[in-house]
Amino acid sequence: MTVTVPVGLADVTASNDTLRRFLHGLPGVDQVGVEARAAMLATRSIKTTAKAFALDLAIRMVDLTTLEGQDTPGKVRALCAKGRRPDPTDPTCPPVAAICIYGDLVPTAVEALAGSDIHVAAVATAFPSGRAPLDVKLADTKAAVAAGADEIDMVIDRGAFLAGRYLDVYDEIAATKQASGDAHLKVILETGELATYDNVRRASWLAMLAGGDFIKTSTGKVSPAATLPVTLVMLEAARDFRDQTGRQVGVKAAGGIRAAKDAVRYLVVVNEVAGDDWLSPDGFRFGASSLLNDLLMQRQKLATGHYAGPDYFTLD
Amino acid sequence: MAVRAAATAWRPTSMSDRDGRLDVRKTYKLFIGGAFPRSESGRSYEVRSADGGQFLANAALASRKDARDAVVAARKAFPGWSGATAYNRGQVLYRVAEMLEGRRSQFVHEVGTGEGLKRPDAEAAVDAAVDRWVWYAGWSDKVHQVRGSSNPVAGPYFDFSVPEPTGVVALVAPPASSLLGLVSVLAPVIVTGNTAVVVASESAPLPAITLAEVLATSDLPGGVVNLLTGRPAEIAPWLASHMDVNAIDLTGIGDPELATELETAAAENLKRVLRPPVGGGDRAADWSADPGVDRMHAFLETKTVWHPVGI
Amino acid sequence: MPTFDYAPAPESPSIVDIQPSYGLFIGGEMVEPVDGTRFKTVNPATEEVLSEVVAAGPEDVDRAVAAARAAYDGAWSRLSGRDRGKYLYRLARIVQERSRELAVLESIDNGKPIRESRDVDVPLVAAHFFYYAGWADKLAYAGFGADPRPLGVAAQVIPWNFPLLMLAWKIAPALACGNTVVLKPAETTPLTALAFADICRQADLPPGVVNIVTGAGETGRTLVEHRGVDKVAFTGSTEVGRQIARSVAGTRKKVTLELGGKAANVVFDDAPLDQAVEGIVNGIFFNQGHVCCAGSRLLVQESVADELLAGLKRRLTTLRLGDPLDKNTDIGAINSAEQLDKIRMLSEIGETEGAERWSPPCELPERGFWFPPTVFTGVSQSHRIAREEIFGPVLSVLTFRTPTEAVEKANNTPYGLSAGVWTEKGSRILWMAQRLRAGVVWANTFNRFDPTSPFGGYKESGYGREGGRHGLEAYLDV
Repeated sequence: MTVTVPVGLADVTASNDTLRRFLHGLPGVDQVGVEARAAMLATRSIKTTAKAFALDLAIRMVDLTTLEGQDTPGKVRALCAKGRRPDPTDPTCPPVAAICIYGDLVPTAVEALAGSDIHVAAVATAFPSGRAPLDVKLADTKAAVAAGADEIDMVIDRGAFLAGRYLDVYDEIAATKQASGDAHLKVILETGELATYDNVRRASWLAMLAGGDFIKTSTGKVSPAATLPVTLVMLEAARDFRDQTGRQVGVKAAGGIRAAKDAVRYLVVVNEVAGDDWLSPDGFRFGASSLLNDLLMQRQKLATGHYAGPDYFTLD
Repeated sequence: MAVRAAATAWRPTSMSDRDGRLDVRKTYKLFIGGAFPRSESGRSYEVRSADGGQFLANAALASRKDARDAVVAARKAFPGWSGATAYNRGQVLYRVAEMLEGRRSQFVHEVGTGEGLKRPDAEAAVDAAVDRWVWYAGWSDKVHQVRGSSNPVAGPYFDFSVPEPTGVVALVAPPASSLLGLVSVLAPVIVTGNTAVVVASESAPLPAITLAEVLATSDLPGGVVNLLTGRPAEIAPWLASHMDVNAIDLTGIGDPELATELETAAAENLKRVLRPPVGGGDRAADWSADPGVDRMHAFLETKTVWHPVGI
Repeated sequence: MPTFDYAPAPESPSIVDIQPSYGLFIGGEMVEPVDGTRFKTVNPATEEVLSEVVAAGPEDVDRAVAAARAAYDGAWSRLSGRDRGKYLYRLARIVQERSRELAVLESIDNGKPIRESRDVDVPLVAAHFFYYAGWADKLAYAGFGADPRPLGVAAQVIPWNFPLLMLAWKIAPALACGNTVVLKPAETTPLTALAFADICRQADLPPGVVNIVTGAGETGRTLVEHRGVDKVAFTGSTEVGRQIARSVAGTRKKVTLELGGKAANVVFDDAPLDQAVEGIVNGIFFNQGHVCCAGSRLLVQESVADELLAGLKRRLTTLRLGDPLDKNTDIGAINSAEQLDKIRMLSEIGETEGAERWSPPCELPERGFWFPPTVFTGVSQSHRIAREEIFGPVLSVLTFRTPTEAVEKANNTPYGLSAGVWTEKGSRILWMAQRLRAGVVWANTFNRFDPTSPFGGYKESGYGREGGRHGLEAYLDV
């Protein structure tokens, strides 16, 4: 794809001014237009073999999540067991992509997931608000990595972003990436607080420029969390970023996705906006908890031909 | 002997000759692009009083080339006139009314002799014409509110419809009502921003030319109104088939066959056509009735605009 | 990498019941033709014969006009506006009740994707009847005087691109204003009009208020030229519109025309690019480009042309062409062999004229009439493909440098139906909207329709407006 960029992307972060001009120079997003496109994609009819493909893929993309003040090792162990074997009655059901928890519970998760390929994702950097001194946020990150987390879900400083201090936001992401070592870094934009699609596009670019491996919609603690149009905008940004730099960044939709039907819609959007290359757990993730059971119920219905009931699936 | 007798028996007949002063008689020319040229064909024709008795003047006999030039002038004037504010157009039209009023006695004389009206009837016609012009002047900045709308579409869009002038309008003025009828067809066309090429009444064209003089002294930009005198049957077909004329008002065509021919020719570029009234031509009684808004609407397009409402 | 192939998701045709043969709907009943002959109508996606319908002859047209006249002079004119409104509300409701059936029937007869007929066409049909139902007893407030009268019998000839929707655009305002109608659907798409006849029966509409006579150009001409008709409403090509304007010259018939277009879709360098791409796609590939107001000329600012075209081509590769009854189809069949020939011919001309032709890789089904979405770049104003209406999924791309140049190029056409503007700058949107000589200006959107929103053209795109308060004028004696 021959898209000419007049300025080398490295120069873009030379100062807050240059970074601001770059971000504000990205094409705007028309709200009504993007929501209409998402709504149209949501009318795709995914049945039979396509549905089976989508359900299995969605399960494999789930970051099974618990982020509560009341989480205990017992809770985390139960979740890990669920993630390894989501459907107790069906061994063909694939495992999830990752377990997503608070940093202090990482050792429990690492032990519970030993021998599996499931990633341990820890939220860090004073999740969910992100309001703490930088050294505290980096210490948070390093501790999780040292305990064995191989994925870090960080939050950006939304206050700095909305105040226009883009370079500060950039520097924090870059520092967190460094503190993460070999762990993959997911950058949570908290799109509900960014409010406009224009901001979502800008924040996506900011996070990708700073080295994020994934851009993630939300903490799940603020409403609205993930929506189809917001995710669409982020997928467009990831697509454009790869066109310009050659590097593929993944997208994670988190918060508020409960129904399998919705998950399938997200996969349609990934398919038609970003393309095949994002149709794997390395390209796209769902941050969810109750979604998994609905995916399992739909999967079972496809296999058996009749509607399933919640009693047949475990609540962990 | 008879010749000398005839010579001494001669009496001056025109108005100002009565005080013993030879009047400087007006030549009646065309009005194109704000100027008063003669017909490029060099032709003219006699205009006589309504009873046929009195020679009134020679009027220019417009040719198809004059019509062509008039259309060019009208097209040239359109962007400026339609782009002026409604307020500005209203003020210009009101000034026209002021000038009309100022020339009242001249018009009364021309209408009276041309149409064969007694003085009180001529005065009534001229007064009605001035009042009608004032009425239309007040519409310039109101027709949008009556004709436009914001439309409550079922979606997050701001949707509005605005009236816009259609462009260059050719008009065939009523044959009998030489001022009131003329004003009634012309004012509604230009108040909304159209420009006009008018073919005046063949038998009574003089008030039309005097009206052109009024227009020329009223800040009306040149080319907004262009006036041709002559034979509508000869000129109108050229206007009806002209591909750069957007609409044609056939009010003054009394002959239904000619009207049909003109409407057929107008179809070539889908001109908007205002047909002559049933029965053809004009009836003096009609012109004193409340004109309503139809004549303005006939030469207005509707433009609808959509825009999403979002953050 | 895995590919996400969508399995076939067919909408079942079993919901429709197409009869092997249809008569004419005159005076409230389906009747046999007197001097009409029968012809076949086919499914453009499969070339299967669907049914036989009548090409009404002059005597048939006569009967229809007479029935409309009798209804006008009789039952219909005795009804109050309120009661006329009630009938229109009934029609709207029944359309909603039978919406799935009507959508499937439309896709089968016309070739358009079921998603369009289900989500766009049929809902708008119901909406039009609802909207005008409400006007029927409020005409005194419409701005046409205290007691505007109807015209009488309206002859209405509609095209094949939105068969049932065009029927709604014609019949709803006509009936609301107190007229009766004789409507001729297009030759290739008669079936939803005939289904509508059945809906009129179900609504107990007084006989003769709506009459449906099928046929082709000849029947249309007979109908339009019939002396018993007071009003002519036509949507179709500019060429036929011109003929109609000639034929009513010198009569008292009022006429409104909604004709062709070659709309410019103008994209500025500050446009929201991804949405602009959607708008372009929507503008010319929606309904296979069979839209009079299609954005068939893309005018893109030169400084952003490469980027936009790259995005556009990428987007076109995700368009799904195929079975109209598949719920995931984006692009359906071309309506007829004749139309397909025309599109092919003009596309070949585009190549000969020196424009560069591109289509995404696209598998065309073996049977049926199909044409892949096609983009011509390097087009200039003088090319035929920039001037003539192709009425197919073919986009011509031209560039401009400044807003003034964009306006000049956009307006430099005898047509004037619609235009699109894409820019984030509000003042520029309004500046462009003021200057574009088109009856509909879509800013940062395209192909939006609503019963409240007046639609119609400038210049050779016709005159008169459909929709909104303005749409009443065509059917009132004002």
